[in-house]
Amino acid sequence: MVSNTKNPIQQFQQMYRNDRHLWRLIFMIAIWMLFMAITRFSRFYTMINFQTMAAQFPEFGLMSLGVMLCMITGGIDLSVVGVANLTSILMAFILINLTTASGALPAYAMPLVFILAIILGAAFGLFNGLLVSKFHIPPILATMGSGELFTGICLAITNGNAVSKFSRTYANTINNRLFDLIPIQLIFFIIMAVFIWFLLSKTVFGTKLYLLGTSEKAARFSGLNNTRLLLQTYMLSAICAALGGMIMLANYNSARADYGTVYTLQCVLIVVLGGVNPVGGKGRISGVVLAIILLRLLETGLNRFPKISSYYISLIWGGVLILVMVLNYFTEHNHTFSRLARRSK
Amino acid sequence: MRIKTPISLKKLAGRNEPYVFLVLFALCLLIEFRSGQFFSSNNLVDIASALIVPGLFAVGAFLVIISGGIDVSFPALASLSVYATTKYLLDIDYQGGILLPITIALAIGALLGAFNGLFIGYFRLPALIVTLGSSSVFKGIMQGALNSKQLTIIPVGMRTWGTTALFTARNPVSGLTSRMPIAFIVFLVVLGFVIFLMRYTMFGRSIYAIGGSETSAHRAGFNVIRTKMVMYIMVGMIASLAGVIRVCMMQQAHPTNMLGMEMNIIAGVVLGGTAITGELLDTSGDSHFLEECIYRCSDHHRNRGERLPGYSYE
Repeated sequence: MVSNTKNPIQQFQQMYRNDRHLWRLIFMIAIWMLFMAITRFSRFYTMINFQTMAAQFPEFGLMSLGVMLCMITGGIDLSVVGVANLTSILMAFILINLTTASGALPAYAMPLVFILAIILGAAFGLFNGLLVSKFHIPPILATMGSGELFTGICLAITNGNAVSKFSRTYANTINNRLFDLIPIQLIFFIIMAVFIWFLLSKTVFGTKLYLLGTSEKAARFSGLNNTRLLLQTYMLSAICAALGGMIMLANYNSARADYGTVYTLQCVLIVVLGGVNPVGGKGRISGVVLAIILLRLLETGLNRFPKISSYYISLIWGGVLILVMVLNYFTEHNHTFSRLARRSK
Repeated sequence: MRIKTPISLKKLAGRNEPYVFLVLFALCLLIEFRSGQFFSSNNLVDIASALIVPGLFAVGAFLVIISGGIDVSFPALASLSVYATTKYLLDIDYQGGILLPITIALAIGALLGAFNGLFIGYFRLPALIVTLGSSSVFKGIMQGALNSKQLTIIPVGMRTWGTTALFTARNPVSGLTSRMPIAFIVFLVVLGFVIFLMRYTMFGRSIYAIGGSETSAHRAGFNVIRTKMVMYIMVGMIASLAGVIRVCMMQQAHPTNMLGMEMNIIAGVVLGGTAITGELLDTSGDSHFLEECIYRCSDHHRNRGERLPGYSYE
């Protein structure tokens, strides 16, 4: 992959230099797509396959977007799955209450649960944000703890059972396809991704986030309200997670305290693979979106080989993650030390 | 370098340990009060034997956190090395004692730890990312390449070692008996070794120095890369040892039931007073025991709660 730097087209070379990490992800996707085209063309390149993938990834894709925001500020959000499950369980209860005797939902039900989910997400995020910004608990601990707390509440209110007896209308609506082509889940993801892209690259808020992540001290001395920024970040993250939970609710047509427990580490993996620096201050949404797509393609592609155990997927994920980081080490070696020096302060 | 100073009350009040200890003590009293069975000999032995494995993991996580890193791969590492060991020994129909299994597991653990150490030390990649990746890789090797399933039979040497008791405690009221496994001595030895290492050797001090500031440690003449490498190898070995003990005590090798412990262990280590940023705190020695005490509490909730009348774990 490094040999691509020798591409004769000058302009392309420039583009590659500007964002090596992004291009590396694109090359990886391209190589994998090519590999799939050679080996399993007829079973991989079908419309339904791509639609299924597009319906699957938004649930953890949305959570990853939240984790990314937190990581840009130098923190992390390990409570996303807890937030998602708690929101989906509470909304499932509301849906049960709204379901009429004939099994239908009133027209206002869908917008209502989504608005409530966003409000709930914001509230949970506020809690995380307060722990991080006001009480100065390291984010990794604060969110890990609150994640456990949310999961605990889920367990307490459901006794560990699945909540499912609500109208099928909800799941059917979300699992629908716009123009029979684009899954609704994907639309949620795109809206959120564009919104966060806009925030990060076009607004002052985004610039402030990067500054806060680069150096908290510098941000404070340049008059930024770090507390408010952190509160907003964690609220946004939890809102993303809550929406992810709503999509999980639709995909499983039920809610349960232990759905998606693997997503916590998976989200961190995606975000890091997407080129976000866990120390903070660096990272772009395009990288994260590409990483989500890459992982989904890898997993779905591998499933097309029945002989290969699906457990190899975690080997490949870990391998890809470490490979990308080592490649970054070789190309950005001189930056590594300054980053290191800052970290050790 | 800090030498052991006489403990004053004022100094103690600024540290985590007394508070953790008080909470722990209060909890013990509460449970004792509600069940009347907490301070019974068999319950105490049960708790001690339940804290061996998390305790060993915590010792490893403690070392890593002191150095300013974080390790989320140790459950996967332990699972892989112990699973590979057990599987291999079953395949060759091994009939001997415990020494060979432990040696093999330690060797595999050292190798896997070196894998972490290589990327974290030599390539200077963030520890969180590397261990996330390696945890995924280890799991993949175990479940994919080794095609892991639950092994209900383990080699006879491991089985007998796991069931051999140092002593047995019997509760005169309920008639329940509890065995203190021989592995508890291993735990104490590892704990003592790490305390000695962290307090009295240059290697231990260099881990603190790296946690304080990697650049300064380097300038002060510590070999940062080598220290990290050795440390991750040690952590890998400690985790593997914990894995072997777990398998011996459970009498079966379950590939995935250690996975997912990492976050609780890390939380416990931090509660025990280890600064997660790796600053130079006097966390050696005594805070260790308190970390383990946290485990006592949590294990106690989970495993012993239902056995004690009048107390249930929600």
